[in-house]
Amino acid sequence: MSIRITGVQLPDGTRKDLFVDDGVFVDSVSTGSTSVSADGLIALPGLVDLHTHLREPGYEQSETVLTGSRAAAIGGFTAVFAMANTMPVQDTTGVVEQVQSLGERHGYVTVRPIGAVTAGLAGERLSEIGAMAQSRAQVRVFSDDGHCVSDALLMRRALEYVKTFGGVVAQHAQEPRLTLGAQMNEGALSSELGLAGWPAVAEESIIARDVLLAEHVDARLHVCHVSTAGSVEVIRWAKARGVKVTAEVTPHHLLLTEELARGYDSRFKVNPPLRRDEDVLALRAALADGTIDIVATDHAPHPVESKDCAWDEAANGMLGLESALSVVHAAVVASGQLDWSDLARVLSAKPAEIGLLAGYDAPFAIGSPANFTLYDPSATRTFATSDLRGKGLNSPYLGRELPGRVIATVHNGYATVLDGELVDAAAVAKEAHHG
Amino acid sequence: MRHLLSTKDLSRDEAVAILDIAEDMAGVADREVKKLPALRGKTVVNLFFEDSTRTRVSFEVAAKRLSADVINFSAKGSSVSKGESLKDTAQTLAAMGADAVVIRHSASGAPRVLADSGWIDAGIVNAGDGTHEHPTQALLDAFTIRRRLHGPDARGKALDGVTVTIVGDILHSRVARSNVWLLTTLGATVSLVAPATLLPVSTAGWPVGVSYDLDAAIDAGPDVVMMLRIQAERMNAAFFPNAREYSRQWGLDDERAARLPAASIVMHPGPMNRGLEISANAADSPQSTVLEQVANGVSIRMAVLYHLMSGSDA
Repeated sequence: MSIRITGVQLPDGTRKDLFVDDGVFVDSVSTGSTSVSADGLIALPGLVDLHTHLREPGYEQSETVLTGSRAAAIGGFTAVFAMANTMPVQDTTGVVEQVQSLGERHGYVTVRPIGAVTAGLAGERLSEIGAMAQSRAQVRVFSDDGHCVSDALLMRRALEYVKTFGGVVAQHAQEPRLTLGAQMNEGALSSELGLAGWPAVAEESIIARDVLLAEHVDARLHVCHVSTAGSVEVIRWAKARGVKVTAEVTPHHLLLTEELARGYDSRFKVNPPLRRDEDVLALRAALADGTIDIVATDHAPHPVESKDCAWDEAANGMLGLESALSVVHAAVVASGQLDWSDLARVLSAKPAEIGLLAGYDAPFAIGSPANFTLYDPSATRTFATSDLRGKGLNSPYLGRELPGRVIATVHNGYATVLDGELVDAAAVAKEAHHG
Repeated sequence: MRHLLSTKDLSRDEAVAILDIAEDMAGVADREVKKLPALRGKTVVNLFFEDSTRTRVSFEVAAKRLSADVINFSAKGSSVSKGESLKDTAQTLAAMGADAVVIRHSASGAPRVLADSGWIDAGIVNAGDGTHEHPTQALLDAFTIRRRLHGPDARGKALDGVTVTIVGDILHSRVARSNVWLLTTLGATVSLVAPATLLPVSTAGWPVGVSYDLDAAIDAGPDVVMMLRIQAERMNAAFFPNAREYSRQWGLDDERAARLPAASIVMHPGPMNRGLEISANAADSPQSTVLEQVANGVSIRMAVLYHLMSGSDA
């Protein structure tokens, strides 16, 4: 497939034509190729999500690799890292290879499985990290996400052992004893609503411990979904000391606050919980100054019945892939805190670097893999279920006006989204296997 | 008023109006035939996801005295299942034509979810949701205080200038939350006394004073002391060391009860742990309103059901 994109604006503000042939950017293409007039559109490097829940195998009623890949593509993503909390857990070679090959078969995005740190996510003994690293799936990111590796000794060993294979531990920082039965951010509002509090210190104390452990054993640590102003301070301090720590923030923690819990609408129930205004402002500032390295969605689809109930009974988690770009646009680009090249860094180059994913270090350069998305920043839309492409409906943005719209996405040189709509699954799979 | 979900939603005038209707309802209990035809042909469902015989019976008596048909629907889950879902139950009741649903649920906000869901069109009465609110308990407490203070002249009055001290497990108490909003709306001054472990981490925005010292609170001579029930399981979760220490520091024992002004009243929402948060003497003294609270509960629940069901859609 060859593609010609005319008159597009690159993240650095320059305008040019882009040509794609045989999976990579080239100088020119012959006529007869797919042609997109990109007047008014911005070309962004293919977005990379370091934190996605694809749910397959085991929870196919929530999402599958195919449906999650489609949700990713319509959101402008060309690669996603699939969290390990499947059933069976992604803690053996067989499961990570299965997830990897499902991604390859469908072809909408590059699917990179994340391996569990501990067997069965049970937090008791290490999983077969070496085997997963050396498997066909070449796992480099390990996480018990959904659970915190709370045992200090086990976390130390995990950091050291993963270092042996050149990988990184992505920690879900949540002190379990401080969050027994926790339902929402602990503070004045949780006190009023009578919902068990989820104190900021439960996150901050684990991050503080982990950065010290990472420093001590000279290993890389990645902190998942940072949600509090205090966590930002701890990470800033650790980076100043030279600790090899990176951190992510979700789109929803950049835009939404705990006030949304007031109506007990469980679409707003998420782990970590939505926090206060001052946390949101601190997270935006930290993303702008580089203390927080990347945005990752924590896309967490759930079936309707898991949310159609009382708050305490509802599952944690919200959709993120389809809305991420628009939400980050609304939260930090519209305000001028990040420009488009910053956005390209936090949603593409840097997450690829953390996850050791090749092909994202020189976007748009001749010879680089053609992974990019065309975004119309001037569009606005009232976000609705019709904007969703995965199985889940649990988006916190339904009914909210969001800026921007993905017009096209190109993965490894072939289109996955054209004219704002997904390319047919069979056509995408066919292109994927030609390449 | 379509639902009663939280006392925070009640205006002063609405609250006084409900208390006044309850005065009328109290008169019914003194008649030979304890029944009014007000809600004849209407169906009230007591939907209890959590056991509470006292509250359920109180609502049942209230609805029956108003001639409503009453259905008790116990939807409590067994130890192996999560029980019937809120949604399925609500849709079932809607299909059966319930006019009002009195709901008790272990999850905070469940009545609000039901009211906002569109699953059912009935009026919703919160009969206690998790650690959130218990509005009819607060209304009956306000009613009890008002009757004690003003006797037969209570009608139309609020609780201006009344000082109320609420003691105990504020953190987990839906009774405390509902009373904080309602009593202050009615003009009372409310203070909370508990160990720091049993107070919410933040009471910013609550119109109350907070302290740890029960003796100082007693010596301030409050008009009302309201003791909250202590659940045994709190001891196992390190909220306080043991019952003996709790009782010594935050229990209304004989000595503390004796130091209260003679006109002060002692309240407890029941069921009591005699000897733990309240001594037997204090519970049974003339200052105690424990049994009046139970009797007034029926009047208040009649008033609430009447107000909801014969009001706007009549």
